[in-house]
Amino acid sequence: MRSLIELAYLVAAVLFIIGLKRLSHPATARYGNRLSAVGMLIAIVATGLDQQIVSFRLILLGGVIGSALGLWMARAVKMTAMPQMVGLFNGFGGGASLLVAAGEWHRLVRPDMAMPATVAITIYASVLIGAVTFSGSAIAAGKLQEVISGRPVLFRGQHVLNLALALGVVGIGAALTVGPDLPALFAALIGLSLVLGVLLVIPIGGADMPVVICLLNSYSGLAAASTGFVIGNHGLIITGALVGASGIILTQIMCKAMNRSLANVLFGGFGATAVAAGSAERAKALAARGVRQISAEDAAMLLAYARSVIVVPGYGLAVSQAQHQVRELAELLEKKGATVKYAIHPVAGRMPGHMNVLLAEANVPYDELFDMDQINPEFDRCDVALVIGANDVVNPAARNDPQSPLWGMPILDVDKSQNVVVMKRSMNPGFAGVENELFYDRKTAMLFGNAKDSLQKLITEVKAL
Amino acid sequence: MTEGLVILVVIFVLAMFVGFEVITKVPPTLHTPLMSGSNAISGITIIGSMLVAGIGATRLATVLGTAAVALAMINVVGGYAVTDRMLQMFKRRPEEGER
Repeated sequence: MRSLIELAYLVAAVLFIIGLKRLSHPATARYGNRLSAVGMLIAIVATGLDQQIVSFRLILLGGVIGSALGLWMARAVKMTAMPQMVGLFNGFGGGASLLVAAGEWHRLVRPDMAMPATVAITIYASVLIGAVTFSGSAIAAGKLQEVISGRPVLFRGQHVLNLALALGVVGIGAALTVGPDLPALFAALIGLSLVLGVLLVIPIGGADMPVVICLLNSYSGLAAASTGFVIGNHGLIITGALVGASGIILTQIMCKAMNRSLANVLFGGFGATAVAAGSAERAKALAARGVRQISAEDAAMLLAYARSVIVVPGYGLAVSQAQHQVRELAELLEKKGATVKYAIHPVAGRMPGHMNVLLAEANVPYDELFDMDQINPEFDRCDVALVIGANDVVNPAARNDPQSPLWGMPILDVDKSQNVVVMKRSMNPGFAGVENELFYDRKTAMLFGNAKDSLQKLITEVKAL
Repeated sequence: MTEGLVILVVIFVLAMFVGFEVITKVPPTLHTPLMSGSNAISGITIIGSMLVAGIGATRLATVLGTAAVALAMINVVGGYAVTDRMLQMFKRRPEEGER
Protein backbone atom coordinates (compact mmCIF):
# COMPACT_ATOMS: atom_id res chain seq x y z
CA MET A 1 0.00 0.00 0.00
CA ARG A 2 2.79 2.41 0.95
CA SER A 3 4.49 2.12 -2.41
CA LEU A 4 1.17 2.42 -4.25
CA ILE A 5 0.50 5.69 -2.45
CA GLU A 6 4.01 6.92 -3.29
CA LEU A 7 3.42 6.05 -6.95
CA ALA A 8 0.13 7.93 -6.88
CA TYR A 9 2.04 11.02 -5.69
CA LEU A 10 4.43 10.57 -8.59
CA VAL A 11 1.49 10.44 -11.02
CA ALA A 12 0.13 13.61 -9.45
CA ALA A 13 3.47 15.39 -9.81
CA VAL A 14 3.71 14.31 -13.45
CA LEU A 15 0.22 15.66 -14.10
CA PHE A 16 1.20 18.98 -12.50
CA ILE A 17 4.22 19.20 -14.80
CA ILE A 18 2.20 18.33 -17.91
CA GLY A 19 -0.44 20.82 -16.82
CA LEU A 20 2.20 23.55 -16.56
CA LYS A 21 3.58 22.57 -19.97
CA ARG A 22 0.10 22.99 -21.48
CA LEU A 23 0.13 26.50 -20.07
CA SER A 24 2.60 27.42 -22.80
CA HIS A 25 -0.28 28.32 -25.14
CA PRO A 26 -3.70 29.88 -24.47
CA ALA A 27 -5.39 27.23 -26.63
CA THR A 28 -4.22 24.32 -24.47
CA ALA A 29 -3.99 26.09 -21.13
CA ARG A 30 -7.48 25.35 -19.87
CA TYR A 31 -7.06 21.64 -20.52
CA GLY A 32 -3.71 21.77 -18.74
CA ASN A 33 -5.28 23.35 -15.67
CA ARG A 34 -7.84 20.54 -15.54
CA LEU A 35 -5.13 17.88 -15.86
CA SER A 36 -3.40 19.51 -12.95
CA ALA A 37 -6.64 19.42 -10.94
CA VAL A 38 -6.98 15.70 -11.68
CA GLY A 39 -3.45 15.27 -10.36
CA MET A 40 -4.47 16.98 -7.13
CA LEU A 41 -7.52 14.74 -6.81
CA ILE A 42 -5.31 11.67 -7.20
CA ALA A 43 -2.96 12.98 -4.51
CA ILE A 44 -5.83 13.63 -2.10
CA VAL A 45 -7.45 10.23 -2.66
CA ALA A 46 -4.10 8.48 -2.26
CA THR A 47 -3.51 10.25 1.05
CA GLY A 48 -6.96 9.14 2.15
CA LEU A 49 -5.86 5.54 1.67
CA ASP A 50 -3.02 5.99 4.16
CA GLN A 51 -3.63 3.57 7.01
CA GLN A 52 -2.15 5.93 9.57
CA ILE A 53 -5.30 8.03 9.27
CA VAL A 54 -7.76 6.89 11.92
CA SER A 55 -10.52 9.45 11.54
CA PHE A 56 -11.85 11.36 8.55
CA ARG A 57 -14.37 13.48 10.42
CA LEU A 58 -12.21 16.52 10.93
CA ILE A 59 -10.49 16.15 7.56
CA LEU A 60 -13.90 16.30 5.92
CA LEU A 61 -14.92 19.24 8.07
CA GLY A 62 -11.82 21.24 7.14
CA GLY A 63 -12.09 20.14 3.53
CA VAL A 64 -15.70 21.22 3.16
CA ILE A 65 -15.10 24.59 4.81
CA GLY A 66 -12.01 25.23 2.69
CA SER A 67 -13.67 24.14 -0.56
CA ALA A 68 -16.69 26.34 0.04
CA LEU A 69 -14.57 29.38 0.87
CA GLY A 70 -12.25 28.76 -2.07
CA LEU A 71 -15.07 28.35 -4.54
CA TRP A 72 -16.80 31.46 -3.27
CA MET A 73 -13.61 33.52 -3.53
CA ALA A 74 -12.87 32.23 -7.03
CA ARG A 75 -16.36 33.12 -8.24
CA ALA A 76 -16.69 36.47 -6.51
CA VAL A 77 -13.30 38.02 -7.22
CA LYS A 78 -13.13 40.81 -9.79
CA MET A 79 -10.36 40.46 -12.34
CA THR A 80 -8.92 43.81 -11.25
CA ALA A 81 -8.57 42.32 -7.75
CA MET A 82 -6.63 39.27 -8.93
CA PRO A 83 -3.30 40.42 -7.38
CA GLN A 84 -4.84 40.61 -3.89
CA MET A 85 -6.40 37.20 -4.27
CA VAL A 86 -3.19 35.55 -5.44
CA GLY A 87 -1.51 37.33 -2.52
CA LEU A 88 -4.03 35.86 -0.08
CA PHE A 89 -3.68 32.38 -1.57
CA ASN A 90 0.10 32.63 -1.19
CA GLY A 91 -0.54 33.40 2.46
CA PHE A 92 -2.91 30.47 2.94
CA GLY A 93 -0.29 28.13 1.47
CA GLY A 94 2.26 29.46 3.94
CA GLY A 95 -0.24 29.26 6.78
CA ALA A 96 -1.03 25.62 6.03
CA SER A 97 2.69 24.77 6.08
CA LEU A 98 3.10 26.58 9.38
CA LEU A 99 0.18 24.68 10.93
CA VAL A 100 1.43 21.30 9.68
CA ALA A 101 4.89 21.98 11.08
CA ALA A 102 3.43 23.04 14.43
CA GLY A 103 1.16 19.98 14.50
CA GLU A 104 4.07 17.67 13.74
CA TRP A 105 6.15 19.32 16.45
CA HIS A 106 3.41 18.79 19.00
CA ARG A 107 3.03 15.18 17.93
CA LEU A 108 6.72 14.40 18.17
CA VAL A 109 7.73 16.44 21.22
CA ARG A 110 8.57 14.42 24.34
CA PRO A 111 9.44 15.93 27.71
CA ASP A 112 12.13 13.33 28.38
CA MET A 113 13.75 12.95 24.95
CA ALA A 114 15.03 15.41 22.34
CA MET A 115 13.91 15.17 18.73
CA PRO A 116 16.48 13.99 16.17
CA ALA A 117 18.32 17.07 14.87
CA THR A 118 17.35 16.56 11.22
CA VAL A 119 13.65 16.34 12.09
CA ALA A 120 13.89 19.37 14.34
CA ILE A 121 15.69 21.50 11.77
CA THR A 122 13.19 20.72 8.99
CA ILE A 123 10.32 21.62 11.30
CA TYR A 124 11.89 24.93 12.34
CA ALA A 125 12.70 25.83 8.74
CA SER A 126 9.13 25.04 7.77
CA VAL A 127 7.81 27.22 10.60
CA LEU A 128 10.01 30.12 9.48
CA ILE A 129 9.13 29.92 5.77
CA GLY A 130 5.46 29.25 6.42
CA ALA A 131 5.06 32.06 8.94
CA VAL A 132 6.94 34.65 6.86
CA THR A 133 4.88 33.71 3.81
CA PHE A 134 1.65 33.90 5.80
CA SER A 135 2.11 37.27 7.49
CA GLY A 136 4.02 38.85 4.61
CA SER A 137 1.27 37.88 2.17
CA ALA A 138 -1.41 39.23 4.47
CA ILE A 139 0.35 42.62 4.45
CA ALA A 140 0.91 42.53 0.69
CA ALA A 141 -2.74 41.67 0.02
CA GLY A 142 -3.80 44.42 2.45
CA LYS A 143 -1.67 46.97 0.64
CA LEU A 144 -3.07 45.94 -2.75
CA GLN A 145 -6.64 46.05 -1.45
CA GLU A 146 -5.73 49.42 0.11
CA VAL A 147 -6.89 48.29 3.54
CA ILE A 148 -3.34 49.20 4.57
CA SER A 149 -1.67 52.29 3.17
CA GLY A 150 0.39 51.47 0.10
CA ARG A 151 3.08 53.91 1.18
CA PRO A 152 6.38 52.35 2.19
CA VAL A 153 6.67 52.31 5.98
CA LEU A 154 10.23 53.27 6.79
CA PHE A 155 11.86 53.91 10.14
CA ARG A 156 15.34 54.25 11.51
CA GLY A 157 17.17 51.03 12.24
CA GLN A 158 14.71 48.98 10.20
CA HIS A 159 17.33 46.80 8.59
CA VAL A 160 19.11 46.30 11.90
CA LEU A 161 15.84 45.25 13.53
CA ASN A 162 15.07 42.81 10.70
CA LEU A 163 18.55 41.36 10.95
CA ALA A 164 18.19 41.02 14.72
CA LEU A 165 14.85 39.27 14.30
CA ALA A 166 16.25 36.88 11.70
CA LEU A 167 19.19 36.08 13.96
CA GLY A 168 16.76 35.63 16.84
CA VAL A 169 14.77 33.09 14.85
CA VAL A 170 17.91 31.18 13.92
CA GLY A 171 19.13 31.38 17.51
CA ILE A 172 15.91 29.99 18.95
CA GLY A 173 15.89 27.26 16.31
CA ALA A 174 19.44 26.31 17.27
CA ALA A 175 18.63 26.40 21.00
CA LEU A 176 15.65 24.12 20.45
CA THR A 177 17.70 21.74 18.32
CA VAL A 178 20.53 21.27 20.81
CA GLY A 179 18.63 21.96 24.04
CA PRO A 180 15.32 20.78 25.48
CA ASP A 181 12.17 21.19 23.37
CA LEU A 182 10.48 23.94 25.34
CA PRO A 183 6.96 24.82 24.11
CA ALA A 184 7.46 28.48 25.08
CA LEU A 185 10.56 28.73 22.90
CA PHE A 186 8.71 27.07 20.02
CA ALA A 187 5.87 29.58 20.39
CA ALA A 188 8.43 32.40 20.37
CA LEU A 189 9.87 30.97 17.15
CA ILE A 190 6.45 31.17 15.51
CA GLY A 191 5.80 34.67 16.88
CA LEU A 192 9.13 36.11 15.77
CA SER A 193 8.76 34.56 12.31
CA LEU A 194 5.33 36.13 11.90
CA VAL A 195 6.65 39.54 12.95
CA LEU A 196 9.55 39.16 10.54
CA GLY A 197 7.11 38.54 7.66
CA VAL A 198 5.27 41.77 8.47
CA LEU A 199 8.45 43.82 8.79
CA LEU A 200 9.87 42.51 5.53
CA VAL A 201 6.86 43.69 3.51
CA ILE A 202 5.83 47.00 5.14
CA PRO A 203 8.81 49.00 3.76
CA ILE A 204 7.83 48.10 0.20
CA GLY A 205 5.59 50.56 -1.65
CA GLY A 206 2.30 49.67 -3.33
CA ALA A 207 3.74 50.08 -6.82
CA ASP A 208 6.36 47.42 -6.10
CA MET A 209 3.78 44.89 -4.95
CA PRO A 210 3.90 42.93 -8.25
CA VAL A 211 7.46 41.89 -7.40
CA VAL A 212 6.55 41.07 -3.82
CA ILE A 213 3.56 38.96 -4.87
CA CYS A 214 5.82 36.97 -7.20
CA LEU A 215 8.39 36.49 -4.48
CA LEU A 216 5.76 35.36 -1.98
CA ASN A 217 4.37 33.01 -4.63
CA SER A 218 7.80 31.45 -4.70
CA TYR A 219 7.89 31.29 -0.89
CA SER A 220 4.53 29.54 -0.81
CA GLY A 221 6.02 26.85 -3.02
CA LEU A 222 9.11 26.61 -0.83
CA ALA A 223 6.79 26.38 2.20
CA ALA A 224 5.03 23.41 0.61
CA ALA A 225 8.40 21.82 -0.15
CA SER A 226 9.51 22.38 3.44
CA THR A 227 6.37 20.56 4.61
CA GLY A 228 7.51 17.73 2.35
CA PHE A 229 10.82 17.67 4.21
CA VAL A 230 8.99 17.59 7.56
CA ILE A 231 6.80 14.60 6.71
CA GLY A 232 9.31 13.03 4.32
CA ASN A 233 7.02 13.17 1.29
CA HIS A 234 8.47 13.25 -2.24
CA GLY A 235 5.26 14.49 -3.87
CA LEU A 236 5.18 17.60 -1.74
CA ILE A 237 8.84 18.33 -2.35
CA ILE A 238 8.59 18.04 -6.14
CA THR A 239 5.42 20.11 -6.31
CA GLY A 240 6.68 22.76 -3.93
CA ALA A 241 9.87 23.07 -5.96
CA LEU A 242 7.85 23.62 -9.16
CA VAL A 243 5.93 26.50 -7.58
CA GLY A 244 9.11 27.86 -6.02
CA ALA A 245 10.80 27.91 -9.42
CA SER A 246 7.80 29.59 -11.02
CA GLY A 247 7.79 32.38 -8.45
CA ILE A 248 11.54 32.94 -8.83
CA ILE A 249 11.26 33.26 -12.62
CA LEU A 250 8.37 35.72 -12.38
CA THR A 251 10.23 37.74 -9.76
CA GLN A 252 13.21 38.03 -12.09
CA ILE A 253 11.02 39.06 -15.02
CA MET A 254 9.30 41.77 -13.00
CA CYS A 255 12.55 43.14 -11.58
CA LYS A 256 14.05 43.34 -15.05
CA ALA A 257 10.95 45.05 -16.44
CA MET A 258 11.09 47.61 -13.63
CA ASN A 259 14.81 48.16 -14.10
CA ARG A 260 15.49 47.31 -10.47
CA SER A 261 17.45 44.71 -8.63
CA LEU A 262 15.59 42.50 -6.20
CA ALA A 263 17.67 43.91 -3.36
CA ASN A 264 16.65 47.41 -4.38
CA VAL A 265 12.96 46.47 -4.35
CA LEU A 266 13.19 44.71 -0.98
CA PHE A 267 15.37 47.19 0.87
CA GLY A 268 15.40 50.31 -1.29
CA GLY A 269 12.25 52.20 -0.35
CA PHE A 270 11.87 53.57 -3.88
CA GLY A 271 11.22 57.22 -4.60
CA ALA A 272 14.32 58.47 -2.86
CA THR A 273 16.31 58.51 -6.10
CA ALA A 274 17.46 62.06 -6.75
CA VAL A 275 16.98 63.20 -10.31
CA ALA A 276 20.40 63.91 -11.78
CA ALA A 277 21.12 67.53 -12.69
CA GLY A 278 21.44 66.74 -16.38
CA SER A 279 18.05 65.14 -16.44
CA ALA A 280 16.48 68.09 -14.66
CA GLU A 281 17.84 70.46 -17.31
CA ARG A 282 16.58 68.19 -20.00
CA ALA A 283 13.15 68.22 -18.41
CA LYS A 284 13.15 72.03 -18.30
CA ALA A 285 14.08 72.23 -21.97
CA LEU A 286 11.30 69.80 -22.78
CA ALA A 287 8.71 71.74 -20.81
CA ALA A 288 9.67 74.89 -22.71
CA ARG A 289 8.97 73.13 -25.99
CA GLY A 290 5.37 72.42 -24.97
CA VAL A 291 3.11 69.60 -26.03
CA ARG A 292 0.71 69.38 -28.94
CA GLN A 293 -2.90 68.77 -27.99
CA ILE A 294 -5.38 67.03 -30.23
CA SER A 295 -9.17 67.02 -30.18
CA ALA A 296 -11.11 63.76 -30.10
CA GLU A 297 -12.40 64.62 -33.56
CA ASP A 298 -8.94 64.90 -35.10
CA ALA A 299 -7.67 61.86 -33.24
CA ALA A 300 -10.61 59.85 -34.58
CA MET A 301 -9.78 61.00 -38.08
CA LEU A 302 -6.15 59.98 -37.65
CA LEU A 303 -7.15 56.55 -36.36
CA ALA A 304 -9.87 55.93 -38.94
CA TYR A 305 -7.42 56.36 -41.83
CA ALA A 306 -4.62 54.38 -40.26
CA ARG A 307 -3.82 50.98 -41.71
CA SER A 308 -2.05 49.65 -38.67
CA VAL A 309 -2.73 50.69 -35.09
CA ILE A 310 -0.94 49.54 -31.96
CA VAL A 311 -2.72 50.09 -28.66
CA VAL A 312 -0.44 50.49 -25.63
CA PRO A 313 -2.50 50.01 -22.47
CA GLY A 314 -1.15 51.01 -19.08
CA TYR A 315 -2.50 50.69 -15.60
CA GLY A 316 -4.43 53.95 -16.11
CA LEU A 317 -6.67 52.03 -18.49
CA ALA A 318 -7.53 49.43 -15.90
CA VAL A 319 -8.10 52.11 -13.25
CA SER A 320 -10.72 53.82 -15.40
CA GLN A 321 -12.22 50.41 -16.34
CA ALA A 322 -12.13 51.29 -20.02
CA GLN A 323 -11.11 47.88 -21.43
CA HIS A 324 -14.49 47.39 -23.11
CA GLN A 325 -14.30 50.79 -24.79
CA VAL A 326 -10.85 49.97 -26.14
CA ARG A 327 -12.10 46.74 -27.63
CA GLU A 328 -15.11 48.50 -29.18
CA LEU A 329 -12.88 51.14 -30.75
CA ALA A 330 -10.50 48.48 -32.02
CA GLU A 331 -13.35 46.55 -33.64
CA LEU A 332 -14.57 49.71 -35.38
CA LEU A 333 -11.08 50.36 -36.73
CA GLU A 334 -10.76 46.75 -37.87
CA LYS A 335 -14.03 47.11 -39.77
CA LYS A 336 -12.49 50.10 -41.54
CA GLY A 337 -9.66 47.84 -42.66
CA ALA A 338 -6.97 48.54 -40.08
CA THR A 339 -5.02 45.90 -38.21
CA VAL A 340 -5.07 46.46 -34.46
CA LYS A 341 -2.55 44.99 -32.06
CA TYR A 342 -2.04 45.43 -28.35
CA ALA A 343 1.46 45.96 -26.95
CA ILE A 344 1.68 44.74 -23.38
CA HIS A 345 4.60 45.74 -21.17
CA PRO A 346 5.31 43.29 -18.33
CA VAL A 347 4.46 45.90 -15.70
CA ALA A 348 1.33 47.20 -17.44
CA GLY A 349 -0.90 45.70 -14.74
CA ARG A 350 -0.50 45.07 -11.06
CA MET A 351 0.90 41.57 -11.41
CA PRO A 352 2.56 39.65 -14.25
CA GLY A 353 0.11 39.14 -17.11
CA HIS A 354 -2.61 41.13 -15.36
CA MET A 355 -3.33 43.45 -18.31
CA ASN A 356 -3.74 40.45 -20.62
CA VAL A 357 -6.41 39.00 -18.33
CA LEU A 358 -8.21 42.33 -18.12
CA LEU A 359 -8.25 42.64 -21.91
CA ALA A 360 -9.28 39.01 -22.39
CA GLU A 361 -12.16 39.69 -20.02
CA ALA A 362 -13.21 42.52 -22.34
CA ASN A 363 -13.25 39.98 -25.21
CA VAL A 364 -10.02 41.08 -26.85
CA PRO A 365 -8.82 37.97 -28.74
CA TYR A 366 -5.53 36.66 -27.39
CA ASP A 367 -3.92 36.62 -30.84
CA GLU A 368 -4.05 40.43 -30.76
CA LEU A 369 -2.08 40.61 -27.49
CA PHE A 370 1.67 40.93 -28.01
CA ASP A 371 4.43 41.12 -25.46
CA MET A 372 7.26 43.58 -25.60
CA ASP A 373 9.80 41.54 -27.55
CA GLN A 374 7.25 40.52 -30.17
CA ILE A 375 5.80 43.96 -30.82
CA ASN A 376 8.83 46.24 -30.63
CA PRO A 377 10.08 45.56 -34.18
CA GLU A 378 6.60 46.44 -35.48
CA PHE A 379 6.41 50.04 -34.28
CA ASP A 380 8.47 51.12 -37.32
CA ARG A 381 5.64 50.07 -39.58
CA CYS A 382 2.83 51.31 -37.39
CA ASP A 383 0.73 54.32 -38.50
CA VAL A 384 -0.68 55.24 -35.11
CA ALA A 385 0.32 54.13 -31.66
CA LEU A 386 -2.44 54.80 -29.12
CA VAL A 387 -1.00 55.08 -25.62
CA ILE A 388 -3.65 54.81 -22.92
CA GLY A 389 -2.64 55.55 -19.34
CA ALA A 390 0.95 54.34 -19.76
CA ASN A 391 3.94 56.54 -19.05
CA ASP A 392 7.31 55.27 -17.83
CA VAL A 393 7.11 52.12 -19.98
CA VAL A 394 7.07 54.23 -23.17
CA ASN A 395 9.66 56.81 -22.11
CA PRO A 396 12.50 56.89 -24.69
CA ALA A 397 14.80 58.27 -21.96
CA ALA A 398 15.34 54.62 -21.07
CA ARG A 399 17.27 54.38 -24.35
CA ASN A 400 18.51 57.95 -24.83
CA ASP A 401 19.43 59.46 -21.48
CA PRO A 402 22.09 57.64 -19.46
CA GLN A 403 21.40 59.98 -16.53
CA SER A 404 17.72 59.15 -16.30
CA PRO A 405 16.61 56.82 -13.51
CA LEU A 406 14.83 54.90 -16.25
CA TRP A 407 18.06 54.33 -18.21
CA GLY A 408 18.31 50.73 -19.30
CA MET A 409 14.72 49.82 -18.53
CA PRO A 410 13.13 47.78 -21.32
CA ILE A 411 10.46 49.93 -22.95
CA LEU A 412 7.93 49.74 -25.75
CA ASP A 413 9.41 51.61 -28.74
CA VAL A 414 6.33 53.73 -29.26
CA ASP A 415 8.44 56.70 -30.43
CA LYS A 416 9.33 54.79 -33.59
CA SER A 417 5.80 54.75 -34.97
CA GLN A 418 4.60 57.33 -37.53
CA ASN A 419 2.11 59.02 -35.21
CA VAL A 420 1.53 58.77 -31.49
CA VAL A 421 -1.66 59.66 -29.65
CA VAL A 422 -1.27 59.71 -25.89
CA MET A 423 -4.38 59.59 -23.74
CA LYS A 424 -3.65 60.92 -20.30
CA ARG A 425 -5.41 62.70 -17.46
CA SER A 426 -2.85 65.47 -17.07
CA MET A 427 0.84 66.18 -17.54
CA ASN A 428 1.71 64.62 -14.15
CA PRO A 429 4.86 62.55 -14.41
CA GLY A 430 4.65 58.78 -14.00
CA PHE A 431 5.61 56.61 -11.09
CA ALA A 432 9.33 57.24 -11.47
CA GLY A 433 8.73 61.01 -11.37
CA VAL A 434 10.53 61.53 -14.67
CA GLU A 435 9.44 63.78 -17.55
CA ASN A 436 8.56 61.79 -20.64
CA GLU A 437 10.15 63.14 -23.82
CA LEU A 438 7.74 61.11 -25.90
CA PHE A 439 5.00 63.58 -24.98
CA TYR A 440 7.07 66.45 -26.42
CA ASP A 441 7.92 64.65 -29.64
CA ARG A 442 6.65 66.37 -32.81
CA LYS A 443 4.69 63.35 -33.95
CA THR A 444 2.99 62.97 -30.61
CA ALA A 445 -0.43 64.44 -29.91
CA MET A 446 -1.92 64.54 -26.45
CA LEU A 447 -5.58 63.76 -25.81
CA PHE A 448 -6.24 64.87 -22.24
CA GLY A 449 -9.02 63.53 -20.06
CA ASN A 450 -10.33 60.41 -18.39
CA ALA A 451 -9.52 57.39 -20.57
CA LYS A 452 -13.06 56.06 -20.57
CA ASP A 453 -14.61 59.39 -21.62
CA SER A 454 -11.99 60.02 -24.29
CA LEU A 455 -12.44 56.53 -25.74
CA GLN A 456 -16.21 56.99 -25.79
CA LYS A 457 -15.74 60.23 -27.72
CA LEU A 458 -13.37 58.52 -30.15
CA ILE A 459 -15.91 55.73 -30.71
CA THR A 460 -18.68 58.23 -31.47
CA GLU A 461 -16.44 60.20 -33.82
CA VAL A 462 -15.17 57.15 -35.69
CA LYS A 463 -18.74 55.91 -36.12
CA ALA A 464 -19.76 59.29 -37.51
CA LEU A 465 -17.03 59.25 -40.16
CA MET B 1 18.15 9.73 9.00
CA THR B 2 20.66 12.11 7.43
CA GLU B 3 20.78 9.88 4.34
CA GLY B 4 17.01 10.20 3.94
CA LEU B 5 17.32 13.96 4.16
CA VAL B 6 19.99 14.01 1.47
CA ILE B 7 17.74 12.09 -0.91
CA LEU B 8 14.97 14.62 -0.28
CA VAL B 9 17.37 17.48 -1.05
CA VAL B 10 18.39 15.77 -4.30
CA ILE B 11 14.76 15.45 -5.35
CA PHE B 12 14.11 19.07 -4.43
CA VAL B 13 17.01 20.44 -6.45
CA LEU B 14 16.20 18.36 -9.53
CA ALA B 15 12.53 19.35 -9.36
CA MET B 16 13.57 23.02 -9.24
CA PHE B 17 15.39 22.53 -12.54
CA VAL B 18 12.33 20.88 -14.09
CA GLY B 19 10.30 23.83 -12.84
CA PHE B 20 12.66 26.37 -14.44
CA GLU B 21 12.55 24.50 -17.77
CA VAL B 22 8.77 24.25 -17.87
CA ILE B 23 7.91 27.70 -16.53
CA THR B 24 10.23 29.66 -18.84
CA LYS B 25 8.06 28.41 -21.73
CA VAL B 26 4.90 30.00 -20.34
CA PRO B 27 4.21 33.18 -22.36
CA PRO B 28 3.75 36.51 -20.49
CA THR B 29 0.11 36.56 -21.61
CA LEU B 30 -0.59 33.68 -19.24
CA HIS B 31 1.50 34.75 -16.27
CA THR B 32 -1.50 35.63 -14.09
CA PRO B 33 -3.18 32.23 -14.62
CA LEU B 34 0.25 30.69 -14.02
CA MET B 35 0.38 32.34 -10.61
CA SER B 36 -3.15 31.40 -9.61
CA GLY B 37 -2.57 27.90 -10.97
CA SER B 38 0.58 27.57 -8.91
CA ASN B 39 -1.44 28.72 -5.88
CA ALA B 40 -3.64 25.70 -6.52
CA ILE B 41 -0.65 23.39 -6.90
CA SER B 42 0.96 24.67 -3.71
CA GLY B 43 -2.25 23.50 -2.04
CA ILE B 44 -0.48 20.11 -2.20
CA THR B 45 0.23 20.87 1.47
CA ILE B 46 -3.21 19.25 1.81
CA ILE B 47 -1.36 15.92 1.95
CA GLY B 48 0.56 16.89 5.07
CA SER B 49 -2.50 18.59 6.52
CA MET B 50 -4.67 15.47 6.12
CA LEU B 51 -2.08 13.31 7.82
CA VAL B 52 -1.68 15.65 10.78
CA ALA B 53 -5.45 16.06 11.11
CA GLY B 54 -6.25 12.36 10.70
CA ILE B 55 -3.58 10.52 12.69
CA GLY B 56 -5.09 11.73 15.94
CA ALA B 57 -1.78 11.99 17.78
CA THR B 58 -2.67 14.80 20.15
CA ARG B 59 -5.76 16.96 20.34
CA LEU B 60 -3.80 20.14 19.54
CA ALA B 61 -2.11 18.50 16.54
CA THR B 62 -5.51 17.39 15.24
CA VAL B 63 -6.95 20.89 15.56
CA LEU B 64 -3.92 22.45 13.84
CA GLY B 65 -4.16 19.83 11.10
CA THR B 66 -7.84 20.52 10.53
CA ALA B 67 -7.17 24.24 10.17
CA ALA B 68 -4.36 23.40 7.76
CA VAL B 69 -6.72 21.22 5.70
CA ALA B 70 -9.13 24.15 5.42
CA LEU B 71 -6.41 26.59 4.33
CA ALA B 72 -4.88 24.18 1.83
CA MET B 73 -8.30 23.34 0.42
CA ILE B 74 -9.07 27.04 -0.14
CA ASN B 75 -5.94 27.11 -2.28
CA VAL B 76 -6.75 23.92 -4.15
CA VAL B 77 -10.39 24.64 -4.98
CA GLY B 78 -10.10 28.42 -5.23
CA GLY B 79 -6.88 28.25 -7.23
CA TYR B 80 -8.14 25.79 -9.85
CA ALA B 81 -11.56 27.45 -10.09
CA VAL B 82 -10.25 30.97 -10.59
CA THR B 83 -7.61 29.78 -13.06
CA ASP B 84 -10.28 28.02 -15.08
CA ARG B 85 -12.44 31.14 -14.95
CA MET B 86 -9.59 33.22 -16.32
CA LEU B 87 -8.48 30.78 -18.98
CA GLN B 88 -11.96 30.45 -20.47
CA MET B 89 -11.84 34.20 -21.18
CA PHE B 90 -8.86 33.79 -23.50
CA LYS B 91 -10.40 33.38 -26.95
CA ARG B 92 -9.07 33.37 -30.48
CA ARG B 93 -10.10 36.00 -32.96
CA PRO B 94 -13.28 34.76 -34.70
CA GLU B 95 -12.83 33.84 -38.39
CA GLU B 96 -13.99 36.38 -40.98
CA GLY B 97 -17.77 36.42 -41.30
CA GLU B 98 -18.36 35.02 -37.85
CA ARG B 99 -18.25 38.39 -36.20
